[in-house]
Amino acid sequence: MDETLKELGAHVQEALPDAIGEVVVAHGELTLVADAAQVIRVLTFLRDDPSSRFVSFIDVCGVDYPKREKRFDVVYHLMSPTLNARVRIKVATDETTPVASATPVFPGAFWFEREAFDMYGILFSGHPELRRILTDYGFDGYPLRKDFPTTGFVEVRYDDERKRVVYEPVKLAQEFRNFDFLSPWEGPEYVLPGDEKATGPKAG
Amino acid sequence: MNAPGKIDPAVRNFQINFGPQHPAAHGVLRLILELDGEIVERVDPHIGLLHRGTEKLIEAKTYLQAVPYFDRLDYVAPMNQEHAFCLGIERLLDIEVPRRGQLIRVLYSEIGRILSHMLNVTTQALDVGALTPPLWGFEEREKLMVFYERASGSRMHAAYFRPGGVHQDLPRALVEDILAWTHTFPAFMDDLEGLLTDNRIFKQRNVDIGIVSLEDAWAWGFSGVMVRGSGAKWDLRRSQPYECYDELDFSIPIGKNCDNYDRYCIRMEEMRQSAYIMQQCCERLLKETGPVSAVDNKIVPPKRGEMKRSMESLIHHFKLYTEGFHVPAGEVYAAVEAPKGEFGVYLVADGTNKPYRCKIRAPGFAHLQAMDFLCRGYMLADVSAILGSLDIVFGEVDR
Repeated sequence: MDETLKELGAHVQEALPDAIGEVVVAHGELTLVADAAQVIRVLTFLRDDPSSRFVSFIDVCGVDYPKREKRFDVVYHLMSPTLNARVRIKVATDETTPVASATPVFPGAFWFEREAFDMYGILFSGHPELRRILTDYGFDGYPLRKDFPTTGFVEVRYDDERKRVVYEPVKLAQEFRNFDFLSPWEGPEYVLPGDEKATGPKAG
Repeated sequence: MNAPGKIDPAVRNFQINFGPQHPAAHGVLRLILELDGEIVERVDPHIGLLHRGTEKLIEAKTYLQAVPYFDRLDYVAPMNQEHAFCLGIERLLDIEVPRRGQLIRVLYSEIGRILSHMLNVTTQALDVGALTPPLWGFEEREKLMVFYERASGSRMHAAYFRPGGVHQDLPRALVEDILAWTHTFPAFMDDLEGLLTDNRIFKQRNVDIGIVSLEDAWAWGFSGVMVRGSGAKWDLRRSQPYECYDELDFSIPIGKNCDNYDRYCIRMEEMRQSAYIMQQCCERLLKETGPVSAVDNKIVPPKRGEMKRSMESLIHHFKLYTEGFHVPAGEVYAAVEAPKGEFGVYLVADGTNKPYRCKIRAPGFAHLQAMDFLCRGYMLADVSAILGSLDIVFGEVDR
């Protein structure tokens, strides 16, 4: 299986040498790291090339790596019923650079790109209707970004006096507890609570 | 119809809201329909009313703690969802599920398939005017949910499939009861088919409605029954077999008219096939013994009985239920043939005990986005028939 995937990866790289950066085969899956500006060329090639025929559109999603310069990965998954194979295409982008929308190639990218925009704020140029999809009407922020708190910023409730639903800043009866069970002697890269006293200036 | 230039300004397209509390919307779907008389000109589905931020929550949980979120996606076939997540983790960890564990997983995945198809077929019939099928179908579903409960302690939110296998072995009596049920099921299916398959009204509402060509189906991201209804011989259980599906005997029905009625027929036949698969699993489970989950104690927690007696087990138990296991960095896309189509999990691990990113690829999401494409030009009454035929459950669409 891995051999056929490697051959397939080499074939795509050969056909589009300037668009495909890296070809990785891991866990029995083929990943192509592509140039963001040429993603449409790559997708069209994979769909139309008679030896691959990746006609089935599976997924588009974002992944956030806040430490990178181009913080987002846009990950496309395609499947070829002819070859019975899957491929993953990854391109990198940031908050302001749009990626060309895949909707002209695969109409099925329509909602998946809207979702990536809604969740991460990734922009897709040429998308017919790039608006929010899963979050509330009038929602602000991009919830799946790593710097967005899990508890969010606003909460809703029905106000009986005003007879309508009201939005208020989120109030937590108990602070959100993000349990960190990483073993302290297996090298977490932070100061454990209380340890700062050992090195800091002595109080009193 | 008015000739161009003679359009009466008082006549305009009509926009209506369908849902979010419409019984035929199968949950909380709001459709904005633009109608020209009774012809649908445009459909704009508004989803997200059931959005719970599952993917965000999973990023804050350990792998084991994230399993129950999957029950709450497509809550009609909970274990099939867990299955994809577990397969993803197992691929990253490179562990093998023992044969008995695989058989139990297949058995319960097929129960899930019948649960889902039964709900879908009968409620779709309800949408087009038949009241009896849901009453009959839900009785069978109830029996299957009891099997869920007897295995996992819960009728729906099972959390029974765990990374490495399943949580507990099945009691022998349960396997015998499931086997006995599979023998009664075909007769029930004959009854149900008697109500619907040749029913004149049911056919009038479904035949030649919601036609989608195979090419369009692939490009729109359709999977499962939606592509099989359009004639593709495509079932992940056969084409990319996982667990022990390649050792089991079953056939895959496909349609050729690409319409609602073909999809109905496929679902009916798949239920019969599922019962047949369950029968084979039960027979093998009664004969074969062995562990139900991987024996690697660094991943699968020890049984509670062992924990009370062995110090090492106690340590493992404590560590696995607090810290959880670490998954090596990497990324996988694991997919299963869920009843509604290809349910996939794209898992990015960063070497810690929590997933870095867990994208849930729900089949219903891809199907529902094509509502505009599917309904354009059909009548208003066909919208609910098509929607029913897409097999939408909002738990997975909105996540």
